[in-house]
Amino acid sequence: MSDSKTRSDKWASNTARNTTRLRYWTFAWVATSALAAFGPKFIWDFATLPTILGVLVNLGVGFGMIIANKQYLQGLDEMQRKIFLDACAVTLGVGLVCGLSYELLEDIKLISYEPEIPHLIILMCLVFLTTTIAGHRRYR
Amino acid sequence: MKNRLKVLRAERDWTQAQLADELQVSRQTVNAIEKGKFDPSLPLAFKAARLFGLSIEAIFQDETEP
Repeated sequence: MSDSKTRSDKWASNTARNTTRLRYWTFAWVATSALAAFGPKFIWDFATLPTILGVLVNLGVGFGMIIANKQYLQGLDEMQRKIFLDACAVTLGVGLVCGLSYELLEDIKLISYEPEIPHLIILMCLVFLTTTIAGHRRYR
Repeated sequence: MKNRLKVLRAERDWTQAQLADELQVSRQTVNAIEKGKFDPSLPLAFKAARLFGLSIEAIFQDETEP
């Protein structure tokens, strides 16, 4: 019993640690994205070396976030993992289908402005959030 | 899939959180399994069987069985 209690404490603390780690990596990625996007204009006046470094650091932190996300997923229990993967599947599908249609709108002159990737990312975030909430409600 | 998890848990006077701790899953997962909304994997079913000292068939029953 004490062995299993120790194992369950370890599982709970691992889950908490994975969540915290993913949170830190995500904040770091957002911060380095902002630095790479706005640094050239507002901090170092488009100097080449800091701009390249900014992008490389952003990419490196981005890969760190991907690994943290994978570890987070592996640490979830099987129902949480199913909800997460179902949400990922819907989000990927919506991103692919809507992204291509959105790009097509400009090609066939139904919209006059250039399609922007951030619009697609916002849509994918909303879809992931909605499907995750719906998944949790389904199994409540 | 039907199961006797709730009855077995009540017999031992355990809460869902205590059972979740023992099975190393979240309380929400135990709740969903008890309500028959989520079917556990074979390893989790074996873990539950070991915990209660019963066979898997004594805890989980296929609803399509005659």
